[in-house]
Amino acid sequence: MADVNRGSRPLSPFMLGKYYRFQLNSVTSILTRITGNALVVEAFLIAWWLLAAAAGPDYFDVANFVITSWVGDIILLLSMIGLWYHALAGVRHLLWDNGYCLDVESADKLGWAIIIGTAILSFITIIFV
Amino acid sequence: MVQLTLPKNSRIKTGKTWPKPAGATNIRKFKIYRWSPDDDSNPTVDTYFLDMDKCGPMVLDALIKIKNEIDPTLTFRRSCREGICGSCAMNIDGINTLACIYGLDEIKGDVSIYPLPHMPVVRDLIPDLTHFYAQHASIMPWLETKTNRPAKEWKQSIEDRKKLDGLYECVMCASCSTSCPSYWWNGDRYLGPAALLHAYRWIIDSRDEATGERLDQLEDPFKLYRCHTIMNCAKTCPKGLNPAAAISHIKQMMVERRV
Repeated sequence: MADVNRGSRPLSPFMLGKYYRFQLNSVTSILTRITGNALVVEAFLIAWWLLAAAAGPDYFDVANFVITSWVGDIILLLSMIGLWYHALAGVRHLLWDNGYCLDVESADKLGWAIIIGTAILSFITIIFV
Repeated sequence: MVQLTLPKNSRIKTGKTWPKPAGATNIRKFKIYRWSPDDDSNPTVDTYFLDMDKCGPMVLDALIKIKNEIDPTLTFRRSCREGICGSCAMNIDGINTLACIYGLDEIKGDVSIYPLPHMPVVRDLIPDLTHFYAQHASIMPWLETKTNRPAKEWKQSIEDRKKLDGLYECVMCASCSTSCPSYWWNGDRYLGPAALLHAYRWIIDSRDEATGERLDQLEDPFKLYRCHTIMNCAKTCPKGLNPAAAISHIKQMMVERRV
């Protein structure tokens, strides 16, 4: 739109944390994005596992070794936590998109609910799975 | 696009530390962003010390005291000193707010003051708001009518007038738009919370007859839909307004008119 690059004007600092305070609302929002992207990678990993199972026992052994190794365990554990988080954050987005809980106070309460809910659901998952 | 660092000419260097006031017992440290177009140097953060026993209660009082008594080159916008003109919006203690209505007692420790985030700097604490104002103009911030002009005024019921509460109070200080990560990274095309709050203010005005055109204009992947409900806007608004809710209501209207 308007020309804003007159001369050599510097860009004012903006980075979250250092210049703009981290707040519950922005942190939970960023985590939604991060877990969403991480889960895409995770989905490929699971797809690879299933494809390997379909491809035959030799190839499955390789994929199964990777995924059930301790590195794979950590990835799957984090993915499980990320999945709960992303699901709960998705519910908050559904509420918002229908016009509910859009005030700052409710949004923050839901933010805590997402974090605590993720912790509880992840704990239950670890115990029962 | 997502940008995590400042361009080379914008990186902040350590600036001048001004002497402490003599004989003061209640001293407070102020770290303030400085940049001047008069030379080619990078922005700096200068350190000032004020005698708080002789300073007014608001952040703007401190800035004016520094300008009057320590460093007359310190540059910032201010006018009404009561939160109605929106001139003195800046980044104070990590949030955007109006210096005139933000109390120094609300800040713990040193006071850090920067211009509104991710904006081109004209000088010191003054951001270039040209693009921000152009975006506001683009949403047609006026009453659009098609029917003949009434003999007196355009009338509105008390209920319809109430729908404008929480919207008309906006003073266009740009605190919200410059608090929004989406606006930082897509501000060239995303209209940002302030312009969208104003857009909604006219969309739901019962007297306005261009609602369809207004929604058509916003039906765009960037102008409206870069809002991801981060809510930094609502949290930072010095007037306690909620642009995030206004944007969400526009999105709802977009869906409803399709059904």
